[in-house]
Amino acid sequence: MVSLQAAVESAAPVSRLHERASFDPADFPVPGGREEEWRFTPLRRLRRLHADGPLDAGKAGVEADAGPEITVVAAEHGDPRLGTAFVPADRVSARAFASFREATIVTIPGGVAAERPVVIRVRGEDAGQAAAGHVLVEAGANSSAVVVLEHAGSATYADNVEFLVGDGARLDVVSVQDWARDAVHLSHHHAVLGKDATFTHMAVTLGGDLVRLAPSVRYAGPGGNAELRGIYFADSGQHLEHRLFVDHARPDCRSRVTYKGALRGDGAHTVWIGDVVIRPEATGTDTYEANRNLVLTDGARADSVPNLEILTGEVVRAGHASASGRLEDEHLFYLTARGIPVEEARRLIIRGFFAELIGQIAADQVRAKVTAAIEAELDAMARAEGGAR
Amino acid sequence: MSTLEIRGLHVSVAAQAGESREILRGVDLTVTAGQTHAIMGPNGSGKSTLAYSIAGHPKYRVTSGSVTLDGRDVLAMSVDERARAGLFLAMQYPVEVPGVTVSNFLRTAVTAVRGEAPKLREFVREMNGAMAALSIDPSFAQRNLNEGFSGGEKKRHEILQLQMLNPKIAILDETDSGLDIDALKVVSAGINAYRQSPDHGVLLITHYTRILRYVRPDFVHVFVGGRIVAEGGPELADELEASGYERFLAMEGAPA
Repeated sequence: MVSLQAAVESAAPVSRLHERASFDPADFPVPGGREEEWRFTPLRRLRRLHADGPLDAGKAGVEADAGPEITVVAAEHGDPRLGTAFVPADRVSARAFASFREATIVTIPGGVAAERPVVIRVRGEDAGQAAAGHVLVEAGANSSAVVVLEHAGSATYADNVEFLVGDGARLDVVSVQDWARDAVHLSHHHAVLGKDATFTHMAVTLGGDLVRLAPSVRYAGPGGNAELRGIYFADSGQHLEHRLFVDHARPDCRSRVTYKGALRGDGAHTVWIGDVVIRPEATGTDTYEANRNLVLTDGARADSVPNLEILTGEVVRAGHASASGRLEDEHLFYLTARGIPVEEARRLIIRGFFAELIGQIAADQVRAKVTAAIEAELDAMARAEGGAR
Repeated sequence: MSTLEIRGLHVSVAAQAGESREILRGVDLTVTAGQTHAIMGPNGSGKSTLAYSIAGHPKYRVTSGSVTLDGRDVLAMSVDERARAGLFLAMQYPVEVPGVTVSNFLRTAVTAVRGEAPKLREFVREMNGAMAALSIDPSFAQRNLNEGFSGGEKKRHEILQLQMLNPKIAILDETDSGLDIDALKVVSAGINAYRQSPDHGVLLITHYTRILRYVRPDFVHVFVGGRIVAEGGPELADELEASGYERFLAMEGAPA
């Protein structure tokens, strides 16, 4: 737990990271790499998405599949519904909003319970040309729905996804980054929760050369409940970065952040940043964030930085945990002492490490797919070790 | 008939600053199928080190001596090979393994030890039967291994594994510690059921004589200062019950 006293003495967040906001990309200088929000990201691998490379030449097809009770429409730039859940807080987000050609708007009408998951597929066709995208999911008051975002193929892609979760609504989002190995994806997910709304967000990041996903949550009324979860598995050379931001500015809201990752191979790099701010007016806040990383081989690196800023003394709970380490020798000993070969024991432990989070994935078919993807990672691991021996 | 033979076993652990500390100082012991041996000794005498060294825990380094099972060199085997060769260690502090269910773990271990996967239906029937005999609630099959189990529940699960894996020689490290009298009876009955077979041998490591009322040893060895200082039949346990370890503590360091 964090000592409250020091934090309570100042009324504004010490961190200014999320305070700067503008729709004009020119308001954000081109990052040089030393800035707090960019220092973990290898800028030279961003293909100038963060600078001034063109964002309108590439192609990334967006398709949506939804039940008849759900409305899916394409929207032009300038549609007043777009850009209400957020104001860009960095240059890439602002550039993506300025550059997308067509947005997808998904509307779940008030009071409607979607019968099957809404699936939005983003398919990249060429990593050589950069593209920008935009999706808005509007969940009406007291509605409930599962939305799956699937990213696949080769792309250099920057996008914003907005989630407007109405009063009393429940929205479960699963975002799967299963890109081809050459993809670069910089993404911002912005959720705004109405009074007593529930929002769950599961990021599953497996593919790509570099993925940087920044999910954020704001509360528009009291009683909101956000569960942000993530699973990632980085192989040799992959950079997978997740930057969470939960802004508690209303009373009696709850947030839970749970991210787990595994890394193996030379140059596998994961970054997890968990920023949680509890503003003076957010009394009765209940928040906990945790990140765990399994570093399976030498040469892999996991950065994990929880930041919890508490500006009121009247919280229910505010805590964080972060741990990165190897597989535990005692776990391996216990399983191998029962005759289980060491490779299989490792698989059991790694599967077990992810099991709880996978069990919480809202959509059955995605759960099966993620399970299969983790198994494929474990097979690749076994092959790599077999070859090394 | 299986025989576990320990000869002149010396074992060290890494201490601070690259130094190592010798824990076992020449252990000689033979456990044959059809026998129950009890090793009794005060805390810190090295009883658990003996158990973990035989199982192959990486923390312990064998500096000299030999361990064989039916003539095969146990010390040359990996941890999982020792288990598949027919050795079993019931641990004093079974670890919690998140996300791995009891049923999945048991099936994987049984498959490894038997060399082929049991049919699911038969496996479930076998597991449920063994769990019922140990008064383990069926819901435990779907719980994560040892996670949130009480001390007594963990020990029952060690005996459940013993019965499912059916080793030649079982080493039970303080299986009686932390058990109330009811759990002790259930666990002892489980050990006796296993030991009933003439093909099975038991090496029971304990600090107290309490469990020996339920699991009757054929041989009792008193362990002090990293080696066996006295041997006898069940009457030796009765003496320890009456007089404690004091007489034997003086024997530490004396030639055996």
